[in-house]
Amino acid sequence: MSSVLYDVPGPRAIIRNRILGVITVVVVVAVLGFFVWRLVDTGQFTAAKWQAFTYTNVWVQIGLATLRTLGAFVVAAVGALIVGFVLAIGRLSAHRWLRYPVGGIVEVLRAIPVLVFMFLLYYGLPVIGIRMPSYWAVVIALIAYNGSVLAEVIRAGVESLPRGQSEAGYAIGLRKAGVMRLVLLPQAIRAMMPVIIAQLVVTLKDTALGFIITYPELLFYARFLGSQAVLSSPIVPATIVIGAIYIALCLLLSLVANTVEKRLRRSAKTGRVAGATQPVQEITDTQLIAAQKGLGKYDAQGL
Amino acid sequence: MGVITDNLDLWGETLVGTLILFFAGGLLALILGIIVGAMRVSPIPVARAVGSLYVNTIRNTPLTLVFFAFAFALPPLLGLRLTGPVSLTLAICALGIYTATYVAETIRSGINTVPVGQAEAARALGLTFGQVMSLVVMPQAFRSVIPPMMSVFIALLKNTTVAAGFSVVNLGSIRNYLSERGENQFLVILWVMAIFVALVLLLSWAQRVLENRWKVAR
Repeated sequence: MSSVLYDVPGPRAIIRNRILGVITVVVVVAVLGFFVWRLVDTGQFTAAKWQAFTYTNVWVQIGLATLRTLGAFVVAAVGALIVGFVLAIGRLSAHRWLRYPVGGIVEVLRAIPVLVFMFLLYYGLPVIGIRMPSYWAVVIALIAYNGSVLAEVIRAGVESLPRGQSEAGYAIGLRKAGVMRLVLLPQAIRAMMPVIIAQLVVTLKDTALGFIITYPELLFYARFLGSQAVLSSPIVPATIVIGAIYIALCLLLSLVANTVEKRLRRSAKTGRVAGATQPVQEITDTQLIAAQKGLGKYDAQGL
Repeated sequence: MGVITDNLDLWGETLVGTLILFFAGGLLALILGIIVGAMRVSPIPVARAVGSLYVNTIRNTPLTLVFFAFAFALPPLLGLRLTGPVSLTLAICALGIYTATYVAETIRSGINTVPVGQAEAARALGLTFGQVMSLVVMPQAFRSVIPPMMSVFIALLKNTTVAAGFSVVNLGSIRNYLSERGENQFLVILWVMAIFVALVLLLSWAQRVLENRWKVAR
């Protein structure tokens, strides 16, 4: 798209673009250089600051913290998918007494910040006598929020399908459940797959909120490691290492989303899901006219 | 209601904190996002590469990690002492830098909704890149950008609560102060939730109004 916005540059534009390019590089290098200078100046590259990462135990702990992050993510993702489907089907229900309350629940859950929900589960509920470990506070809050977002995504997917799809389903004698399960949902899920996976990336990112309610995930360990005076408080190296792990995990999942999206777009060319494609014409116009007029050899077929 | 009427001072202070984070972070995100969005569609390959690197990295970074870096790793690097205003500034920067990526992506996809013929016609008239963008593409993209942009700002409003984990006064952290005063935390958090639902409903109402007013007639 962007290539439509401008012409192939002429001599003056080439010079101007080069100057702007150099300015961009200079600004980026200046910002990076400033940080490297500060890192060097405050002694972040000294061996003492990084000695923490020479211990096997530190890496074992980082591995365990990663597992705790992933453990919260996997359960939250599966739960959010299930809740998302249930809420979406409830919101698409033909019964008003089901559709309206579920719609209300979805809207409210989407409007509440995930962190505040975690606070409610971890600090609020003990007041009325319900205690849960921080793990479940993180997981339940993530399920509630991402489940309601996924419900909206799935609902949008179902509603974007042509009406003919459900009408055809009813026409061949399927009931409401059958139309939903066999006709609408498979197409909606297929169309919405990239968005669904993108939402799972959000879920993975939001597990980091567990740090604030003391769930011992990656950031929590980074904070712990950074406050160890014995290891000369390597908060900056810890942030760099743990940050790299987090970003790598999220990039990996985003990569999956992009691959799925590309594959979907490619296969959409050969076989459209939405049924918008014209039925293949196996009969020529001449034959058709002939048939309609009741002429020629098509007479015999009783058209 | 007692929870609110007995502690009006704290509720007011935290609500103002949330609004400061929201507006200052939003302004920073808009400025940075427009620059990065423009870089991503510019004819300069280096600028495009820098823009997409920034967007792809930050979008795959948890907001909590951005806050973590700004609150814990940056102060020792820059020799900052963590006082109230400094924490607030760092939180605004964290929110702004994180949200800017979403603003940039929204602007870019808004530009993509403008039909190709519009830019082609503008170029056929001999307009330069700057003129094509400012006179033809952006005014049209702006309208289709409004609804997704409001969604970005709704997300920003909810994200301001993350600052509560990094000792910045806002609605997310009121629980801390009120529990010291011996209030019922459960009720306090329920009230915070209600306030956020109200604020988000207000923003989505604004979204609908703006959408109807500036809908592109095609």
